[in-house]
Amino acid sequence: MEKMSRVTTALGSSAISGRTMFCHLDAPANAISVCRDASQVVVAGRNIFKIYALEEDQFVEKLNLRVGRKPSLNFSCADVMWHQMEENLLATAATNGAVVTWNLGKPSRNKQDQLFTEHKRTVNKVCFHPTEVYMLLSGSQDGFMKCFDLRKKESVSTFSGQSESVRDVQFSMKDYFTFAASFENGNVQLWDIRRPDRYERMFTAHTGPVFCCDWHPDDRGWLATGGRDKMVKVWDMTTNRTKEIFCVQTIASVARVKWRPEKKFHLATCSMMVDHNIYVWDVRRPFIPFATFEEHKDVTTGIVWRHQHDPHFLLSGSKDSTLYQHMFKDATRPVDKANPEGLCFGLFGDLAFAAKESLISSDSNRKPYPGGDRRYPIFFFKKPDQTEQFAHVSSALSVFETDLDSNCMDWFVKTAQLYLLCGKPFAELCDHNAKVARELKRPQVSTTWTMLRIMFSDPANLTPGPNHPLSKLGTLPLMNSFNMKEMNSGMGAESRLERSKGESRQDNLELGNSLISNNNEDNEETEGSEGQAEYMFGDAELDDDDLYSMEHDNQTEEQEYTLPQEAFQLRHEIMDNPSAPEHLQQDKADSPHVSGNEAEVTCLTPIESFSLISISQPLFTPQLPASFFCPIVRKMLSYYAEKGDVQMAVSVLIVLGERIRKEIDDLTQEHWYTSYIDLLQRFELWNVSNEVIKLSTCSAITCLNQTSTTLHINCSNCKRPMSNRGWICDRCHQCASVCAVCHHVVKGLFVWCQGCNHGGHLEHIRNWLKSSAHCPAGCGHLCEYT
Amino acid sequence: MEVQDRESLGRWEGLGSRDAISRTEAMENIRQDVMRRVETIRPITTLAPASKSPLKSDLNDILAHLLMLTKRCPFDDVKEQCVRILQGVQDLGVRIPRPLGNGPSRFIPEKEILEVSKVDARTQSIFEDAFAALGRLDNISLVMGFHPQYLGSFLRTQHYLLQMDGPLSLHYRHYIGIMAAARHQCSYLVNLHVNDFLQVGGDPKWLDGLDEAPQKLQQLGELNKILAHRPWLLTKEHIECLLKAEEHSWSLAELIHAVVLLTHYHSLASFTFGCGITTEIHCNGGHTFRPPSLSQYCVCDIANGNGHSIHHNDSLGNHELCGEVEVLMERMKQLQECDDEEASQEEMATRFEREKTESMLVVTAEDEECVPSRDISRHFEDPSYGYKDFSRRGEHVPTFRVQDYSWEDHGFSLVNRLYPDVGQMLDEKFQMAYNLTYNTMATHKDVDTSMLRRAIWNYIHCMFGIRYDDYDYGEINQLLDRSFKIYIKTMVCSPEKTTKRMYESFWRQFQHSEKVHVNLLLMEARMQAELLYALRAITRYMT
Repeated sequence: MEKMSRVTTALGSSAISGRTMFCHLDAPANAISVCRDASQVVVAGRNIFKIYALEEDQFVEKLNLRVGRKPSLNFSCADVMWHQMEENLLATAATNGAVVTWNLGKPSRNKQDQLFTEHKRTVNKVCFHPTEVYMLLSGSQDGFMKCFDLRKKESVSTFSGQSESVRDVQFSMKDYFTFAASFENGNVQLWDIRRPDRYERMFTAHTGPVFCCDWHPDDRGWLATGGRDKMVKVWDMTTNRTKEIFCVQTIASVARVKWRPEKKFHLATCSMMVDHNIYVWDVRRPFIPFATFEEHKDVTTGIVWRHQHDPHFLLSGSKDSTLYQHMFKDATRPVDKANPEGLCFGLFGDLAFAAKESLISSDSNRKPYPGGDRRYPIFFFKKPDQTEQFAHVSSALSVFETDLDSNCMDWFVKTAQLYLLCGKPFAELCDHNAKVARELKRPQVSTTWTMLRIMFSDPANLTPGPNHPLSKLGTLPLMNSFNMKEMNSGMGAESRLERSKGESRQDNLELGNSLISNNNEDNEETEGSEGQAEYMFGDAELDDDDLYSMEHDNQTEEQEYTLPQEAFQLRHEIMDNPSAPEHLQQDKADSPHVSGNEAEVTCLTPIESFSLISISQPLFTPQLPASFFCPIVRKMLSYYAEKGDVQMAVSVLIVLGERIRKEIDDLTQEHWYTSYIDLLQRFELWNVSNEVIKLSTCSAITCLNQTSTTLHINCSNCKRPMSNRGWICDRCHQCASVCAVCHHVVKGLFVWCQGCNHGGHLEHIRNWLKSSAHCPAGCGHLCEYT
Repeated sequence: MEVQDRESLGRWEGLGSRDAISRTEAMENIRQDVMRRVETIRPITTLAPASKSPLKSDLNDILAHLLMLTKRCPFDDVKEQCVRILQGVQDLGVRIPRPLGNGPSRFIPEKEILEVSKVDARTQSIFEDAFAALGRLDNISLVMGFHPQYLGSFLRTQHYLLQMDGPLSLHYRHYIGIMAAARHQCSYLVNLHVNDFLQVGGDPKWLDGLDEAPQKLQQLGELNKILAHRPWLLTKEHIECLLKAEEHSWSLAELIHAVVLLTHYHSLASFTFGCGITTEIHCNGGHTFRPPSLSQYCVCDIANGNGHSIHHNDSLGNHELCGEVEVLMERMKQLQECDDEEASQEEMATRFEREKTESMLVVTAEDEECVPSRDISRHFEDPSYGYKDFSRRGEHVPTFRVQDYSWEDHGFSLVNRLYPDVGQMLDEKFQMAYNLTYNTMATHKDVDTSMLRRAIWNYIHCMFGIRYDDYDYGEINQLLDRSFKIYIKTMVCSPEKTTKRMYESFWRQFQHSEKVHVNLLLMEARMQAELLYALRAITRYMT
């Protein structure tokens, strides 16, 4: 109550108003400070020490405190502070180590009051006690803090920081006896003014110097610190162990930090190097400044809120020799320009997506992220807080995790091992491969194999007669109708590199939808507490605590899950892959399937589809030449290859062999082969890869088996390896392989008997052995040429 | 050339291992290699002993390296093995090299330096690390071994600057090192880095002179010159000129890297001369194959200060000057006590100016114009450009106020922003050098030397026009006597003129380790001063 009345009186008396304005100073400023009634500001620097009055729309120079023909270093100020109780009292910290007080009530031109030269090094900071008139604290580079009683000639107590330079000292706003000091080595100490022998508490706040600290004006325990490590941290001092409660990462070392009056979570910072702007942060939103003032052309050295109960006026001094008054309403709001959506891939293929809540919720009954693998979508919603000034505080984060199983390529390995590519009649190969695919729950692939068999099997081999295709198809469409159902769902999955199996997809959809609502409720319940849990970017996706409720939902969901009809419709909406139409097209040619397939979409009962098949049966002409299907098969192969299943493409290519080869240009074939072989080798399926190489008809591929194949030959005489040429030994200078027939060196093909080790030119030996059974070398061995 | 280098590099690599077995293995390989070479060479040598066949010079390089190892390797087993190999080679009738000069420093007796590593386990381990990283243990490190804490920090920084990820390519880094060292005609550093430069695949043509190097590096010549001799003249226009040169322009990150390298090697050159570092044994001029002739032996030993006669002289000198330390300590105590007698502000300002001007008048003892040897001067242009005192010829330079631009607040942030981690390392190194103390002075223990260290540091900065508002420059006059000032001035401003006499004439009663400590202070203070000017210019350019 008391505070309130003071506010009104304070505000009432001076009735702060104004606009964004600035004035030129003669020299760079190092620090600024305002008097209690917010009507005047003092600017101090190496070559400047002036008082300006703040008028409606301009600064007016009131007083120049820098007097004398050749001012001494005592005027070279590192810091200045205006007493908040006594309006005539100022204190400055001089770079030469002096602490000076100034009495504006003095009649003479020189207002210097007291001079303390107790510090050995530059004094970095002076601070008046917020309520005591005569108590002044200073912190210096020499590692000492001194407390002065202005009625005495020298300091009343000295606090030692163990020769670590003191960068800032601040009296607590609420605790009469406490002050905080920040140090160059990264520590912050809390002292009791009555106990100069030892600090009350010490903690390491930053790596590198802590340039500044500021007590929260309202909250007793909060201390904000800023350091060279570019961080602003807020500490809770009320507990036994000092706890870091907020951390803001800026882009440059933090020179000053000041809490914004009347706003619990806001603070202003400016930097020491490179960055010239002043930022006002909402500490709960550490990633983007709440407001920015961009007027200065050089680093800002001093910031101060004009009135301790008015959050709308900020004063700042800078190295560019200007003094600014910033109106809060004129600040730029970076958040308005920020991209409200974010998208990021995780290391293991997880996808995180954040967007404004409005964007998400508007279509959350649809899918927030179509096409993504929404195994476990996680949503965090935040109810907009009315007291906030941020335009859109809330956004939703969805994390799309990939299933570990779906990532695994077991199916690939199994398929590669089990497929038969040659050695049996074509139809059997197809059937076998179809079976393999079916067992691995890849119905689409399986069906493809079956169809291939039908398409390319020699019609003559099929028993002629009108009922045969029917009886044949009698089994097929049945299987098909069942499979197609899965296939539809499976297709989407496969288009994502076959990550997940068909069934599991269904409940995801459902799950996603329900989760949205679930979490919505959850959040609304829990969110009442504090704004702290607001943003859970980053950790969310791996943090078990965050996930557990979700997983719980997941389980219950699965238990009572029934395959909903809508899932299919949704599926069709997103299915933009070419496979469906293509198959339809393909099936049209093969008419019975077409109807079956089309029926499939509308009705789910196999019987009905069957009946449709029989109706369309007359369309069937078994005499279609195999080449008729080639364009379709070609398209199909390209489709498989494009969606990543190069295995299928190559397998079909090999099995079909001559039937299709000419349809596909060599370069594409080669490309597929190399990709597949590469994949196989990565999975260390050497045998399969070798088989594929062998079976391939591309010259570029078959020669793969011959590259980097080295035969090491040893000389038959001296048993040393022969390095240079294959036929002459460097060491014993003997020709290693002499033809037993013509006694010349064999430079080409050399054939020899494994029994007696004699041999020679292939042609010669062959001829010799036609006529004689004995070895041409005359060793008496009965050689055999096969 | 390149292939050989790589091959030889591989040869020595195994020796750096901490594992004794793999060292033995590597040693055995080297032994076989050497023997094989000796075998192939022997007939030729007997035929024409004077012939300089490539094979022969190759072998000589290896032998020189082995010789270096016998003296410098931190591992005793390797040392012994090397001695044995050399012995074996000599027994085969091949001439083996012997070191020229004794020990890593011309000023400090070898014995004293080498004792250090024996005593201190920490030094030994740092030496081993350095040896493992570089395959050698240079003389600088050996001398710095007096102060292991600092040495660790120094080597870490240097390794990061030269070997780790950074904006500049490896051969650029070494070339910049050569440029910087050449400014001070420091043949030691130049030789060292010419080898490294070639090893990382640098173009040997560049070594013919700056004109042969790419345009980009040529432009750096100006910055190099100014930084080395008159850093206060550096303006943002110089920086702009480098950054906006179309296709030859530097990026900010590259420039920072280059600046750090330049300042590092300028100051390292100071250290090299200040401690009288001798040529590495395996480098040219560090060894000879000529048999020792009597006269040469004497000359060399006397010049190296390892002869007995010099020691004798020293003791005489000591006798005269005993009490010098006590006087110094007494003064420090006085200064600490009587700080009531406060000088007026104007007095303080004039004291700084006086010290500044006075430092100009400290004549660098032998002021004869020494013409730089051609070999090194080709790496830079304008050899006549040297340290010129401020106030001469009336050119007025505004004083640099450290309170307005300090390393801790400003320089660090800038460096760390553009070349991450280096700021941290330099910061550590500066602090280490500034705060290093053993609380001893000569024979006295428990002395607070902070005042003396600060005086030295600030005096050097004063020579560069950098002023600390909170320092009373009168203290310098009290604490640093004239011969010490001469030494500092010479070392910082024209290190190539440092002589053994200067080294010996200051602080006669102090130990060598303490003089090395002073050198470290000088080196770091100089580096910081240059860095401050360069970084301030860059900051001004950026704003």
